[in-house]
Amino acid sequence: MKLPAARLCLLPAAVLILLLFIAPLLIVCAYSLLSRGAYGGVGLPRSAESYTRLFDPLYASIFARSFAVAAISTALCLLLGFPLALFISRSGRRKNLYLALVILPFWTSFLVRTYAWMFLLRDTGLLNTLLLSLGIIREPLPLLYNYGAVILGLVYGYLPFMVLPIYATIERIDRSVIEAAADLGAKPWTTLTQIVVPLSAPGIAAGSVLVFIPCLGAYLTPDLLGGGKTILVGNLIQNQFTTARDWPFGSAVSLLLMALVMVLLLLIARRNQEGLL
Amino acid sequence: MKRALSLYAAAVYLFLHLPLAVLAVFSFNSSRFTVWEGFSLRWYEALFRDPHLAEAALNSLIIAFTATAAATVIGTLCAYGLWKQKTGILPGFIKSSLYLSLVTPEIVMGVSLLAFYQWVFRFLDVQLGMHTVVLAHVMFSIAYLVVVALARLRTLDPSLEEAALDLGATEWVAFRKVTLPQLMPGVAAAALLAFTISIDDYVITSLVAGVDSETLPMVIYAMARRGGSPLVNAVSTLIVVILGVMIVASERLQGHS
Repeated sequence: MKLPAARLCLLPAAVLILLLFIAPLLIVCAYSLLSRGAYGGVGLPRSAESYTRLFDPLYASIFARSFAVAAISTALCLLLGFPLALFISRSGRRKNLYLALVILPFWTSFLVRTYAWMFLLRDTGLLNTLLLSLGIIREPLPLLYNYGAVILGLVYGYLPFMVLPIYATIERIDRSVIEAAADLGAKPWTTLTQIVVPLSAPGIAAGSVLVFIPCLGAYLTPDLLGGGKTILVGNLIQNQFTTARDWPFGSAVSLLLMALVMVLLLLIARRNQEGLL
Repeated sequence: MKRALSLYAAAVYLFLHLPLAVLAVFSFNSSRFTVWEGFSLRWYEALFRDPHLAEAALNSLIIAFTATAAATVIGTLCAYGLWKQKTGILPGFIKSSLYLSLVTPEIVMGVSLLAFYQWVFRFLDVQLGMHTVVLAHVMFSIAYLVVVALARLRTLDPSLEEAALDLGATEWVAFRKVTLPQLMPGVAAAALLAFTISIDDYVITSLVAGVDSETLPMVIYAMARRGGSPLVNAVSTLIVVILGVMIVASERLQGHS
């Protein structure tokens, strides 16, 4: 048997992608232009109503809130992630171990890691139990089911996305540039802010986008840690496809989210042309 | 400054690892409440006696094994094809689609698959179930497989396969005897990765699952929603340990040889 040419090797993947990725997205495009069906689902006539509804202040504010939550989470990830990346790059032989310690929790169940925060934060959770038994508080603090908890969960979940690209760019900085700064009398702090931070800008940009995108479309974290009190775009989409059964509107929201993601990606695409694939 | 940086890093590592560690510790608590009363394995015993959990775990395993097997074959072939043919319409289409699939929010992928399935069901007499979940899992894990397998292929020397061809091997024999054995650690690593992603998925699975295909994450989600219990801690700990071992194995396979 002759090995099928490269094109034949690509065929199964191409069929799979067309059927289970492209076709579903096209269906969503089509649904977004139809009307809500009598029994859920979709029906005629064609209508652009789903898109005009996106401008309703109620939904616009959900998008604005999602943006704010994603932006705050990204900023916090940067605040935690940059020093960590710097630390790893300066830790000599232990680099790989420290890197693995960042990556490992990322690959262990996202659901379990989100539940871990519920276990810590809920009324009968560890933090409240501890504080109550120490007599610091009389009543459990409402730590869970608010935006703070959601942001905490997002930062916890996506921190590795920030650390890895920043670490990669710091590693590429020419050591002699840093030594030159020191030789010319710059204090470590000055070297850091004037040399290292500007030179790692591409990593910071890439990391920020990589964190911002999943935060913007997050569903599980706001659902579990927000407990239905924090409606973000992801929850809005899920709700339209399940409880509200307004598929055309859910489709329009999905497409707007996809469009935002793609715009964000284009912003960093030019910087990282090689990419993974 | 070095000292401050180390302290800061230690704090961030605590933030990353303490929640799971605490969760694991309290899975061995003999009390039902969040007060430590003594070491006990009662939640693990309860876990293994729970028929609901066992059924969900079995479903998860069946789905993960089937999806991983299919995705591994398709993904490896795809990576090999992309390695051989770097430019052109088909490779370009596949690369950009896979890239897009990696960044598509899970919820969007989930609802679009749901909409797609419901549309297909108008013409076919099938319903949501294990098969729809497996297909969805194959789709979302394929990008990871291709990325890992392609990274491995890029470290290979193409002249080895060319030498085999020059010496009279057919393309198939050259692939099977020369390229595939070198690619194997990468493929195994990728498959382990795909397996962990599949067994952990909640968002997409919950949207495309039928009544007979409740998976472990769906059960854990429902239990967590109801407020959680030490039982959830025990299941979670088991999952983290098993996935952790698989990920370390996967990293080893990618790193060595």
